[in-house]
Amino acid sequence: MTTNSLTTSQGAGRAGDKVFSGAAMAAGCLILAVLFGVALFLVVQAIPALTAPPESIQGGHGFFAYIAPIVVGTLIAAVIALVIATPVAIGVALFISHYAPRRLASGLGYVVDLLAAIPSVVYGAWGAAFLAKEISPAYDWLANNLGWIPIFAGPASATGKTILTAGIVLSVMVLPIITSLSREIFLQTPKLHEEAALALGATRWEMIKMAVLPFGRPGIVSAIMLGLGRALGETMAVALVLSSGVLTASLIQSGNQTIAAEIALNFPEASGLKVNTLIAAGLVLFVITLGVNMIARWIITRHKEFSGAN
Amino acid sequence: MSKRIDVKDLNVYYGNFLAVEDVNINIEAKSVTAFIGPSGCGKSTFLRTLNRMHEVLPGARVEGEVLLDGDNLYGPGVDPVTVRTQVGMVFQRPNPFPTMSIRDNVLAGVKLNNKKISKGAADALVEKSLVGANLWNEVKDRLDKPGSGLSGGQQQRLCIARAIAVEPQVILMDEPCSALDPISTLAVEDLINELKDQYTVVIVTHNMQQAARVSDKTAFFNIAGTGKPGKLIEFADTTSIFNNPAQKATEDYVSGRFG
Repeated sequence: MTTNSLTTSQGAGRAGDKVFSGAAMAAGCLILAVLFGVALFLVVQAIPALTAPPESIQGGHGFFAYIAPIVVGTLIAAVIALVIATPVAIGVALFISHYAPRRLASGLGYVVDLLAAIPSVVYGAWGAAFLAKEISPAYDWLANNLGWIPIFAGPASATGKTILTAGIVLSVMVLPIITSLSREIFLQTPKLHEEAALALGATRWEMIKMAVLPFGRPGIVSAIMLGLGRALGETMAVALVLSSGVLTASLIQSGNQTIAAEIALNFPEASGLKVNTLIAAGLVLFVITLGVNMIARWIITRHKEFSGAN
Repeated sequence: MSKRIDVKDLNVYYGNFLAVEDVNINIEAKSVTAFIGPSGCGKSTFLRTLNRMHEVLPGARVEGEVLLDGDNLYGPGVDPVTVRTQVGMVFQRPNPFPTMSIRDNVLAGVKLNNKKISKGAADALVEKSLVGANLWNEVKDRLDKPGSGLSGGQQQRLCIARAIAVEPQVILMDEPCSALDPISTLAVEDLINELKDQYTVVIVTHNMQQAARVSDKTAFFNIAGTGKPGKLIEFADTTSIFNNPAQKATEDYVSGRFG
Protein backbone atom coordinates (compact mmCIF):
# COMPACT_ATOMS: atom_id res chain seq x y z
CA MET A 1 0.00 0.00 0.00
CA THR A 2 1.37 3.41 -0.94
CA THR A 3 0.60 6.60 0.88
CA ASN A 4 -0.24 9.71 -1.08
CA SER A 5 2.66 12.07 -0.49
CA LEU A 6 0.46 15.06 -1.24
CA THR A 7 -1.65 14.52 1.89
CA THR A 8 1.09 15.70 4.23
CA SER A 9 1.09 19.46 4.50
CA GLN A 10 3.05 22.11 6.30
CA GLY A 11 1.12 22.68 9.51
CA ALA A 12 2.47 26.08 10.50
CA GLY A 13 1.13 28.06 7.54
CA ARG A 14 -2.32 26.53 7.96
CA ALA A 15 -2.65 27.71 11.57
CA GLY A 16 -1.94 31.33 10.55
CA ASP A 17 -4.49 30.98 7.79
CA LYS A 18 -7.16 29.84 10.21
CA VAL A 19 -6.45 32.57 12.75
CA PHE A 20 -6.60 35.23 10.10
CA SER A 21 -9.78 34.01 8.47
CA GLY A 22 -11.39 33.68 11.90
CA ALA A 23 -10.40 37.23 12.83
CA ALA A 24 -11.66 38.61 9.54
CA MET A 25 -14.94 36.77 9.90
CA ALA A 26 -15.37 37.99 13.49
CA ALA A 27 -14.79 41.59 12.38
CA GLY A 28 -17.36 41.20 9.62
CA CYS A 29 -19.92 39.69 11.97
CA LEU A 30 -19.30 42.41 14.55
CA ILE A 31 -20.17 45.12 12.03
CA LEU A 32 -23.40 43.35 11.16
CA ALA A 33 -24.23 42.83 14.83
CA VAL A 34 -23.63 46.51 15.65
CA LEU A 35 -25.72 47.66 12.71
CA PHE A 36 -28.49 45.25 13.61
CA GLY A 37 -28.34 46.30 17.26
CA VAL A 38 -28.66 49.98 16.36
CA ALA A 39 -31.55 49.30 14.00
CA LEU A 40 -33.30 47.14 16.59
CA PHE A 41 -32.85 49.79 19.28
CA LEU A 42 -34.25 52.48 16.99
CA VAL A 43 -37.27 50.42 16.00
CA VAL A 44 -38.12 49.25 19.52
CA GLN A 45 -37.75 52.69 21.03
CA ALA A 46 -39.62 54.34 18.15
CA ILE A 47 -42.72 52.15 18.37
CA PRO A 48 -44.31 54.04 21.30
CA ALA A 49 -44.06 57.29 19.35
CA LEU A 50 -45.42 55.72 16.16
CA THR A 51 -48.40 54.15 17.96
CA ALA A 52 -49.14 57.00 20.39
CA PRO A 53 -52.36 59.00 19.98
CA PRO A 54 -51.74 61.99 17.67
CA GLU A 55 -52.50 64.67 20.25
CA SER A 56 -49.79 63.40 22.63
CA ILE A 57 -47.00 63.98 20.11
CA GLN A 58 -45.35 67.39 19.99
CA GLY A 59 -47.46 69.65 17.76
CA GLY A 60 -50.58 67.61 18.47
CA HIS A 61 -51.11 66.09 15.03
CA GLY A 62 -49.24 62.81 15.31
CA PHE A 63 -45.71 61.68 14.49
CA PHE A 64 -45.81 62.09 10.72
CA ALA A 65 -47.07 65.66 10.93
CA TYR A 66 -44.17 66.28 13.30
CA ILE A 67 -41.46 64.58 11.24
CA ALA A 68 -42.47 65.63 7.70
CA PRO A 69 -41.32 69.28 7.94
CA ILE A 70 -37.95 68.41 9.41
CA VAL A 71 -37.39 65.66 6.83
CA VAL A 72 -37.97 68.31 4.18
CA GLY A 73 -35.68 70.70 6.07
CA THR A 74 -32.98 68.03 6.21
CA LEU A 75 -33.26 67.40 2.47
CA ILE A 76 -33.21 71.14 1.68
CA ALA A 77 -30.01 71.67 3.66
CA ALA A 78 -28.37 68.61 2.06
CA VAL A 79 -29.41 69.62 -1.46
CA ILE A 80 -28.07 73.16 -0.97
CA ALA A 81 -24.79 71.69 0.26
CA LEU A 82 -24.47 69.37 -2.75
CA VAL A 83 -25.52 71.96 -5.31
CA ILE A 84 -22.74 74.23 -4.08
CA ALA A 85 -20.10 71.62 -3.27
CA THR A 86 -20.33 69.27 -6.29
CA PRO A 87 -19.23 71.63 -9.08
CA VAL A 88 -16.54 73.17 -6.89
CA ALA A 89 -15.29 69.77 -5.77
CA ILE A 90 -15.15 68.36 -9.31
CA GLY A 91 -13.42 71.51 -10.50
CA VAL A 92 -10.83 71.32 -7.74
CA ALA A 93 -10.35 67.58 -8.33
CA LEU A 94 -9.81 68.15 -12.07
CA PHE A 95 -7.42 71.00 -11.35
CA ILE A 96 -5.40 68.81 -9.03
CA SER A 97 -5.42 65.77 -11.30
CA HIS A 98 -5.05 67.34 -14.75
CA TYR A 99 -4.12 71.01 -14.66
CA ALA A 100 -1.93 71.91 -11.71
CA PRO A 101 1.84 71.43 -11.82
CA ARG A 102 2.78 68.36 -9.83
CA ARG A 103 4.18 70.17 -6.79
CA LEU A 104 1.20 72.51 -6.46
CA ALA A 105 -1.17 69.57 -6.95
CA SER A 106 0.14 67.58 -4.02
CA GLY A 107 0.10 70.66 -1.75
CA LEU A 108 -3.42 71.53 -2.76
CA GLY A 109 -4.61 67.95 -2.28
CA TYR A 110 -3.16 68.03 1.22
CA VAL A 111 -4.95 71.28 2.05
CA VAL A 112 -8.27 69.90 0.81
CA ASP A 113 -7.82 66.79 2.94
CA LEU A 114 -7.07 69.07 5.88
CA LEU A 115 -10.55 70.59 5.50
CA ALA A 116 -11.96 67.20 6.46
CA ALA A 117 -9.95 67.20 9.67
CA ILE A 118 -11.60 70.32 11.10
CA PRO A 119 -14.14 69.29 13.78
CA SER A 120 -17.73 70.02 12.86
CA VAL A 121 -18.29 72.11 15.97
CA VAL A 122 -15.60 74.47 14.69
CA TYR A 123 -17.42 74.76 11.37
CA GLY A 124 -20.61 75.45 13.33
CA ALA A 125 -18.99 78.17 15.41
CA TRP A 126 -17.44 79.73 12.31
CA GLY A 127 -20.78 79.62 10.49
CA ALA A 128 -22.72 81.12 13.39
CA ALA A 129 -20.26 83.76 14.51
CA PHE A 130 -18.70 84.82 11.21
CA LEU A 131 -20.37 83.59 8.03
CA ALA A 132 -23.96 84.36 9.11
CA LYS A 133 -23.07 87.96 9.91
CA GLU A 134 -21.01 88.50 6.77
CA ILE A 135 -23.56 86.99 4.44
CA SER A 136 -26.71 88.72 5.66
CA PRO A 137 -26.23 91.78 3.36
CA ALA A 138 -26.27 89.34 0.46
CA TYR A 139 -29.56 87.95 1.74
CA ASP A 140 -31.00 91.47 1.85
CA TRP A 141 -29.94 91.96 -1.75
CA LEU A 142 -31.54 88.65 -2.74
CA ALA A 143 -34.77 89.57 -0.95
CA ASN A 144 -34.89 92.97 -2.68
CA ASN A 145 -33.97 91.86 -6.18
CA LEU A 146 -35.02 88.22 -6.49
CA GLY A 147 -37.75 88.27 -3.84
CA TRP A 148 -40.36 87.20 -6.40
CA ILE A 149 -38.78 83.73 -6.41
CA PRO A 150 -40.37 81.93 -3.40
CA ILE A 151 -37.05 80.57 -2.13
CA PHE A 152 -35.67 84.12 -1.89
CA ALA A 153 -38.81 85.73 -0.44
CA GLY A 154 -38.15 88.50 2.09
CA PRO A 155 -37.82 89.81 4.67
CA ALA A 156 -34.36 88.34 5.00
CA SER A 157 -33.16 87.20 8.39
CA ALA A 158 -31.25 89.99 10.11
CA THR A 159 -28.89 87.54 11.81
CA GLY A 160 -28.23 85.50 8.68
CA LYS A 161 -28.81 82.28 10.63
CA THR A 162 -30.85 80.64 7.89
CA ILE A 163 -31.07 77.26 6.21
CA LEU A 164 -29.07 78.69 3.29
CA THR A 165 -26.20 79.60 5.64
CA ALA A 166 -26.40 76.12 7.15
CA GLY A 167 -26.31 74.66 3.64
CA ILE A 168 -23.24 76.72 2.75
CA VAL A 169 -21.44 75.56 5.90
CA LEU A 170 -22.40 71.97 5.07
CA SER A 171 -21.08 72.42 1.53
CA VAL A 172 -17.67 73.35 2.91
CA MET A 173 -17.79 70.25 5.08
CA VAL A 174 -18.66 67.83 2.26
CA LEU A 175 -16.26 69.49 -0.21
CA PRO A 176 -13.16 67.50 0.88
CA ILE A 177 -15.04 64.18 0.68
CA ILE A 178 -16.22 64.72 -2.88
CA THR A 179 -12.92 66.30 -3.94
CA SER A 180 -10.57 63.62 -2.71
CA LEU A 181 -12.67 60.72 -4.03
CA SER A 182 -13.14 62.38 -7.43
CA ARG A 183 -9.44 63.17 -7.62
CA GLU A 184 -8.52 59.54 -7.02
CA ILE A 185 -10.95 58.46 -9.74
CA PHE A 186 -9.69 61.04 -12.24
CA LEU A 187 -6.10 59.98 -11.65
CA GLN A 188 -7.05 56.42 -12.57
CA THR A 189 -8.31 57.34 -16.03
CA PRO A 190 -6.45 55.03 -18.43
CA LYS A 191 -3.62 56.89 -20.18
CA LEU A 192 -4.71 55.03 -23.30
CA HIS A 193 -8.04 56.85 -23.45
CA GLU A 194 -6.57 60.22 -22.63
CA GLU A 195 -4.02 59.83 -25.39
CA ALA A 196 -6.69 58.62 -27.81
CA ALA A 197 -8.56 61.89 -27.27
CA LEU A 198 -5.43 64.06 -27.50
CA ALA A 199 -4.29 62.31 -30.67
CA LEU A 200 -7.59 63.22 -32.33
CA GLY A 201 -6.82 66.87 -31.74
CA ALA A 202 -8.72 67.36 -28.48
CA THR A 203 -7.84 70.27 -26.24
CA ARG A 204 -7.26 69.55 -22.57
CA TRP A 205 -10.88 70.31 -21.69
CA GLU A 206 -12.19 68.22 -24.59
CA MET A 207 -9.97 65.36 -23.49
CA ILE A 208 -11.48 65.62 -20.01
CA LYS A 209 -15.02 65.62 -21.43
CA MET A 210 -14.25 62.70 -23.73
CA ALA A 211 -12.15 60.42 -21.57
CA VAL A 212 -11.88 61.50 -17.94
CA LEU A 213 -15.47 62.39 -16.99
CA PRO A 214 -17.21 59.42 -18.68
CA PHE A 215 -14.70 57.07 -17.08
CA GLY A 216 -15.10 58.73 -13.68
CA ARG A 217 -18.88 59.04 -13.68
CA PRO A 218 -19.69 56.13 -11.33
CA GLY A 219 -16.96 57.31 -9.00
CA ILE A 220 -18.29 60.86 -9.04
CA VAL A 221 -21.77 59.57 -8.22
CA SER A 222 -20.53 57.58 -5.27
CA ALA A 223 -18.46 60.54 -4.06
CA ILE A 224 -21.55 62.76 -4.19
CA MET A 225 -23.60 60.16 -2.35
CA LEU A 226 -21.00 59.90 0.39
CA GLY A 227 -21.07 63.69 0.66
CA LEU A 228 -24.86 63.54 0.81
CA GLY A 229 -24.66 61.05 3.66
CA ARG A 230 -22.44 63.45 5.56
CA ALA A 231 -24.70 66.41 4.84
CA LEU A 232 -27.84 64.54 5.93
CA GLY A 233 -26.38 63.40 9.21
CA GLU A 234 -24.42 66.50 10.19
CA THR A 235 -25.64 67.70 13.57
CA MET A 236 -23.41 70.18 15.32
CA ALA A 237 -22.80 72.64 12.53
CA VAL A 238 -26.50 72.90 11.72
CA ALA A 239 -27.51 73.11 15.38
CA LEU A 240 -25.17 76.06 15.87
CA VAL A 241 -25.79 77.88 12.60
CA LEU A 242 -29.51 77.50 12.04
CA SER A 243 -32.03 79.54 13.95
CA SER A 244 -34.68 76.89 13.58
CA GLY A 245 -38.42 77.15 13.22
CA VAL A 246 -41.35 75.92 11.17
CA LEU A 247 -40.96 74.74 7.59
CA THR A 248 -40.46 77.80 5.41
CA ALA A 249 -40.13 77.98 1.66
CA SER A 250 -37.78 80.94 1.81
CA LEU A 251 -34.17 79.95 2.31
CA ILE A 252 -33.15 83.36 3.61
CA GLN A 253 -35.58 83.65 6.50
CA SER A 254 -35.00 81.92 9.78
CA GLY A 255 -36.97 78.72 10.05
CA ASN A 256 -36.71 75.08 8.97
CA GLN A 257 -34.99 72.38 10.94
CA THR A 258 -33.02 69.21 10.21
CA ILE A 259 -33.55 65.86 11.90
CA ALA A 260 -30.07 65.60 13.35
CA ALA A 261 -30.13 69.10 14.83
CA GLU A 262 -33.66 68.60 16.15
CA ILE A 263 -32.54 65.52 18.04
CA ALA A 264 -29.38 67.13 19.38
CA LEU A 265 -31.13 70.28 20.57
CA ASN A 266 -34.08 68.54 22.26
CA PHE A 267 -32.69 65.28 23.54
CA PRO A 268 -30.99 66.53 26.75
CA GLU A 269 -34.26 67.89 28.16
CA ALA A 270 -36.61 65.30 26.73
CA SER A 271 -38.46 62.74 28.82
CA GLY A 272 -41.15 60.14 28.35
CA LEU A 273 -42.80 60.01 24.95
CA LYS A 274 -40.68 62.90 23.70
CA VAL A 275 -37.62 60.65 23.90
CA ASN A 276 -39.41 58.04 21.79
CA THR A 277 -40.43 60.71 19.31
CA LEU A 278 -36.84 61.85 18.88
CA ILE A 279 -35.58 58.29 18.50
CA ALA A 280 -38.26 57.71 15.86
CA ALA A 281 -36.90 60.79 14.10
CA GLY A 282 -33.48 59.15 14.28
CA LEU A 283 -34.98 56.03 12.71
CA VAL A 284 -36.30 58.12 9.82
CA LEU A 285 -32.85 59.64 9.30
CA PHE A 286 -31.33 56.16 9.40
CA VAL A 287 -33.75 54.97 6.72
CA ILE A 288 -33.07 58.01 4.51
CA THR A 289 -29.29 57.53 4.75
CA LEU A 290 -29.62 53.82 4.08
CA GLY A 291 -31.79 54.58 1.06
CA VAL A 292 -29.24 57.07 -0.28
CA ASN A 293 -26.44 54.54 0.06
CA MET A 294 -28.42 51.83 -1.68
CA ILE A 295 -29.32 54.14 -4.56
CA ALA A 296 -25.65 55.06 -4.88
CA ARG A 297 -24.62 51.42 -5.04
CA TRP A 298 -27.30 50.70 -7.59
CA ILE A 299 -26.13 53.57 -9.80
CA ILE A 300 -22.54 52.37 -9.60
CA THR A 301 -23.29 48.75 -10.51
CA ARG A 302 -25.59 49.84 -13.32
CA HIS A 303 -22.68 51.53 -15.10
CA LYS A 304 -20.12 48.86 -14.39
CA GLU A 305 -19.84 47.62 -17.96
CA PHE A 306 -19.00 51.12 -19.17
CA SER A 307 -16.30 51.65 -16.58
CA GLY A 308 -13.52 51.35 -19.13
CA ALA A 309 -11.82 48.68 -17.08
CA ASN A 310 -12.64 46.04 -19.69
CA MET B 1 -4.66 64.89 -48.94
CA SER B 2 -1.24 63.85 -47.75
CA LYS B 3 1.92 65.65 -46.84
CA ARG B 4 5.56 64.75 -46.57
CA ILE B 5 7.56 64.89 -43.37
CA ASP B 6 11.14 66.10 -43.14
CA VAL B 7 12.96 65.77 -39.84
CA LYS B 8 16.10 67.83 -39.26
CA ASP B 9 18.59 67.26 -36.43
CA LEU B 10 15.97 66.08 -33.97
CA ASN B 11 16.98 65.29 -30.37
CA VAL B 12 14.30 63.88 -28.08
CA TYR B 13 14.55 64.19 -24.30
CA TYR B 14 12.80 62.88 -21.23
CA GLY B 15 13.80 65.56 -18.74
CA ASN B 16 17.60 65.63 -19.04
CA PHE B 17 17.84 62.15 -20.51
CA LEU B 18 18.56 62.13 -24.23
CA ALA B 19 16.37 59.33 -25.57
CA VAL B 20 16.83 59.72 -29.32
CA GLU B 21 19.78 61.51 -30.86
CA ASP B 22 20.18 63.48 -34.03
CA VAL B 23 17.56 62.03 -36.36
CA ASN B 24 17.42 63.20 -39.97
CA ILE B 25 14.83 61.52 -42.13
CA ASN B 26 12.64 62.39 -45.13
CA ILE B 27 9.32 60.63 -45.32
CA GLU B 28 7.58 60.77 -48.69
CA ALA B 29 3.90 61.59 -49.06
CA LYS B 30 1.60 58.69 -49.97
CA SER B 31 4.01 56.03 -48.89
CA VAL B 32 4.32 53.57 -46.03
CA THR B 33 7.40 53.98 -43.89
CA ALA B 34 8.27 51.39 -41.25
CA PHE B 35 10.42 51.95 -38.16
CA ILE B 36 12.11 48.80 -36.90
CA GLY B 37 14.64 48.14 -34.19
CA PRO B 38 15.13 46.45 -30.82
CA SER B 39 13.03 47.35 -27.78
CA GLY B 40 13.97 50.63 -26.14
CA CYS B 41 15.75 52.02 -29.19
CA GLY B 42 13.46 55.04 -29.31
CA LYS B 43 11.40 54.30 -32.40
CA SER B 44 8.06 54.76 -30.60
CA THR B 45 9.40 57.82 -28.83
CA PHE B 46 10.47 59.28 -32.15
CA LEU B 47 7.10 58.44 -33.73
CA ARG B 48 5.33 60.34 -30.98
CA THR B 49 7.32 63.48 -31.76
CA LEU B 50 5.78 63.54 -35.24
CA ASN B 51 2.40 64.63 -33.86
CA ARG B 52 3.61 66.25 -30.65
CA MET B 53 2.23 63.46 -28.46
CA HIS B 54 5.69 63.07 -26.92
CA GLU B 55 5.33 66.25 -24.90
CA VAL B 56 2.16 64.94 -23.19
CA LEU B 57 4.48 63.16 -20.76
CA PRO B 58 5.80 65.44 -18.00
CA GLY B 59 9.30 66.72 -18.67
CA ALA B 60 9.42 65.44 -22.23
CA ARG B 61 10.77 67.81 -24.89
CA VAL B 62 12.51 67.94 -28.24
CA GLU B 63 15.15 69.99 -30.04
CA GLY B 64 15.26 70.31 -33.80
CA GLU B 65 12.74 70.59 -36.59
CA VAL B 66 9.93 68.44 -37.92
CA LEU B 67 8.60 69.88 -41.18
CA LEU B 68 5.17 68.93 -42.47
CA ASP B 69 5.32 70.06 -46.12
CA GLY B 70 7.78 72.70 -44.97
CA ASP B 71 5.86 73.89 -41.90
CA ASN B 72 7.73 73.31 -38.64
CA LEU B 73 5.58 71.44 -36.09
CA TYR B 74 7.71 72.90 -33.33
CA GLY B 75 7.74 76.45 -34.66
CA PRO B 76 6.77 79.29 -32.32
CA GLY B 77 3.01 79.73 -31.99
CA VAL B 78 2.16 76.29 -33.35
CA ASP B 79 -0.72 74.74 -31.41
CA PRO B 80 -0.21 71.02 -30.78
CA VAL B 81 -3.98 70.57 -31.11
CA THR B 82 -3.78 71.75 -34.73
CA VAL B 83 -0.82 69.47 -35.38
CA ARG B 84 -2.72 66.44 -34.10
CA THR B 85 -5.70 67.08 -36.33
CA GLN B 86 -3.28 66.91 -39.29
CA VAL B 87 -1.25 63.97 -38.04
CA GLY B 88 -3.46 61.21 -36.69
CA MET B 89 -2.34 58.33 -34.54
CA VAL B 90 -3.25 54.68 -33.92
CA PHE B 91 -1.95 53.13 -30.71
CA GLN B 92 -0.48 49.81 -29.73
CA ARG B 93 -3.53 48.66 -27.80
CA PRO B 94 -6.92 49.32 -29.40
CA ASN B 95 -8.46 52.18 -27.45
CA PRO B 96 -11.99 53.01 -28.57
CA PHE B 97 -13.80 55.15 -26.01
CA PRO B 98 -15.64 52.61 -23.87
CA THR B 99 -18.56 54.88 -23.06
CA MET B 100 -19.30 55.68 -26.71
CA SER B 101 -21.14 53.74 -29.39
CA ILE B 102 -19.32 52.63 -32.54
CA ARG B 103 -20.85 55.56 -34.42
CA ASP B 104 -19.87 58.09 -31.75
CA ASN B 105 -16.36 56.69 -31.68
CA VAL B 106 -15.96 57.36 -35.39
CA LEU B 107 -17.34 60.87 -34.99
CA ALA B 108 -15.38 61.64 -31.80
CA GLY B 109 -12.65 63.63 -33.52
CA VAL B 110 -15.01 65.34 -35.92
CA LYS B 111 -17.20 66.70 -33.15
CA LEU B 112 -14.24 68.33 -31.39
CA ASN B 113 -13.67 72.06 -31.33
CA ASN B 114 -17.44 72.59 -31.24
CA LYS B 115 -17.77 71.70 -34.88
CA LYS B 116 -21.38 71.07 -35.83
CA ILE B 117 -22.25 68.40 -38.34
CA SER B 118 -25.68 67.56 -39.72
CA LYS B 119 -27.06 64.08 -39.19
CA GLY B 120 -26.94 63.24 -42.89
CA ALA B 121 -23.35 64.36 -43.23
CA ALA B 122 -22.47 62.47 -40.05
CA ASP B 123 -24.07 59.27 -41.38
CA ALA B 124 -22.17 59.62 -44.64
CA LEU B 125 -18.91 60.24 -42.83
CA VAL B 126 -19.41 57.26 -40.50
CA GLU B 127 -20.03 55.00 -43.48
CA LYS B 128 -17.12 56.40 -45.49
CA SER B 129 -14.68 56.08 -42.58
CA LEU B 130 -15.79 52.57 -41.64
CA VAL B 131 -15.66 51.48 -45.29
CA GLY B 132 -12.20 53.03 -45.43
CA ALA B 133 -11.19 50.95 -42.40
CA ASN B 134 -12.66 47.73 -43.89
CA LEU B 135 -15.07 47.51 -40.96
CA TRP B 136 -18.37 48.69 -42.43
CA ASN B 137 -19.78 45.27 -43.33
CA GLU B 138 -19.06 43.89 -39.88
CA VAL B 139 -20.63 46.69 -37.85
CA LYS B 140 -23.22 48.39 -40.08
CA ASP B 141 -26.11 46.75 -38.21
CA ARG B 142 -24.90 47.66 -34.74
CA LEU B 143 -23.55 51.18 -34.97
CA ASP B 144 -25.25 52.11 -31.70
CA LYS B 145 -23.60 49.33 -29.69
CA PRO B 146 -20.56 50.15 -27.54
CA GLY B 147 -17.23 50.03 -29.38
CA SER B 148 -15.69 47.99 -26.56
CA GLY B 149 -17.93 45.05 -27.54
CA LEU B 150 -15.96 44.42 -30.75
CA SER B 151 -13.08 41.97 -31.08
CA GLY B 152 -9.54 43.31 -30.69
CA GLY B 153 -8.92 43.47 -34.42
CA GLN B 154 -12.25 45.16 -35.05
CA GLN B 155 -11.53 47.65 -32.28
CA GLN B 156 -8.20 48.48 -33.86
CA ARG B 157 -9.87 49.06 -37.25
CA LEU B 158 -12.45 51.18 -35.45
CA CYS B 159 -9.57 53.27 -34.10
CA ILE B 160 -8.23 53.59 -37.63
CA ALA B 161 -11.70 54.66 -38.83
CA ARG B 162 -11.75 57.23 -36.02
CA ALA B 163 -8.35 58.52 -37.12
CA ILE B 164 -9.24 58.82 -40.83
CA ALA B 165 -12.64 60.41 -40.10
CA VAL B 166 -10.89 63.70 -39.32
CA GLU B 167 -9.09 63.47 -42.70
CA PRO B 168 -5.52 63.85 -41.50
CA GLN B 169 -2.51 64.32 -43.77
CA VAL B 170 -0.47 61.64 -42.05
CA ILE B 171 -1.35 58.55 -40.01
CA LEU B 172 1.10 57.31 -37.39
CA MET B 173 0.75 53.74 -36.15
CA ASP B 174 2.54 52.58 -33.03
CA GLU B 175 2.80 48.78 -33.25
CA PRO B 176 -0.84 48.59 -34.33
CA CYS B 177 -0.87 44.79 -34.60
CA SER B 178 1.09 43.75 -31.54
CA ALA B 179 -2.09 43.03 -29.55
CA LEU B 180 -3.86 41.28 -32.44
CA ASP B 181 -4.13 37.70 -33.69
CA PRO B 182 -2.70 36.79 -37.14
CA ILE B 183 -6.03 37.09 -38.98
CA SER B 184 -6.77 40.52 -37.55
CA THR B 185 -3.17 41.48 -38.29
CA LEU B 186 -3.68 40.53 -41.93
CA ALA B 187 -6.84 42.66 -42.06
CA VAL B 188 -4.99 45.68 -40.67
CA GLU B 189 -2.03 45.12 -43.03
CA ASP B 190 -4.36 45.00 -46.04
CA LEU B 191 -5.87 48.21 -44.78
CA ILE B 192 -2.45 49.89 -44.50
CA ASN B 193 -1.83 49.02 -48.15
CA GLU B 194 -5.05 50.76 -49.14
CA LEU B 195 -4.46 53.75 -46.89
CA LYS B 196 -1.25 54.72 -48.67
CA ASP B 197 -3.23 55.70 -51.76
CA GLN B 198 -4.52 58.67 -49.77
CA TYR B 199 -2.34 59.12 -46.72
CA THR B 200 1.24 59.21 -45.61
CA VAL B 201 1.56 56.25 -43.26
CA VAL B 202 4.32 55.75 -40.68
CA ILE B 203 4.31 52.49 -38.75
CA VAL B 204 6.40 51.24 -35.87
CA THR B 205 6.63 47.47 -35.76
CA HIS B 206 8.49 44.76 -33.93
CA ASN B 207 7.64 42.31 -36.64
CA MET B 208 10.20 42.41 -39.43
CA GLN B 209 8.06 40.35 -41.77
CA GLN B 210 5.35 42.92 -41.29
CA ALA B 211 7.72 45.74 -42.15
CA ALA B 212 8.78 43.82 -45.25
CA ARG B 213 5.17 43.18 -46.25
CA VAL B 214 3.65 46.62 -45.83
CA SER B 215 6.31 49.28 -46.17
CA ASP B 216 7.95 51.07 -49.08
CA LYS B 217 10.81 52.36 -47.01
CA THR B 218 12.25 51.15 -43.72
CA ALA B 219 14.19 52.95 -41.03
CA PHE B 220 16.33 50.93 -38.64
CA PHE B 221 16.88 52.37 -35.17
CA ASN B 222 19.39 51.01 -32.71
CA ILE B 223 20.76 51.70 -29.27
CA ALA B 224 24.39 51.33 -28.23
CA GLY B 225 23.54 50.21 -24.70
CA THR B 226 21.33 50.90 -21.70
CA GLY B 227 21.27 54.61 -20.88
CA LYS B 228 22.62 55.57 -24.30
CA PRO B 229 20.43 57.44 -26.77
CA GLY B 230 18.74 55.64 -29.65
CA LYS B 231 19.90 56.51 -33.15
CA LEU B 232 18.68 56.18 -36.69
CA ILE B 233 21.16 53.74 -38.20
CA GLU B 234 19.91 53.30 -41.72
CA PHE B 235 16.98 54.49 -43.80
CA ALA B 236 16.41 53.07 -47.27
CA ASP B 237 14.01 51.18 -49.52
CA THR B 238 12.54 48.24 -47.66
CA THR B 239 13.95 45.78 -50.18
CA SER B 240 17.47 47.02 -49.73
CA ILE B 241 17.19 47.13 -45.93
CA PHE B 242 16.21 43.47 -45.88
CA ASN B 243 18.27 42.18 -48.80
CA ASN B 244 21.25 44.42 -49.08
CA PRO B 245 21.73 46.59 -45.96
CA ALA B 246 24.57 49.09 -46.01
CA GLN B 247 25.30 48.86 -42.29
CA LYS B 248 26.59 45.85 -40.40
CA ALA B 249 24.19 46.50 -37.46
CA THR B 250 21.19 46.50 -39.80
CA GLU B 251 22.29 43.25 -41.37
CA ASP B 252 22.76 41.64 -37.95
CA TYR B 253 19.31 42.77 -36.85
CA VAL B 254 17.31 41.80 -39.93
CA SER B 255 19.04 38.47 -40.18
CA GLY B 256 18.15 37.75 -36.55
CA ARG B 257 21.73 37.65 -35.26
CA PHE B 258 20.80 40.01 -32.42
CA GLY B 259 17.82 41.88 -30.99
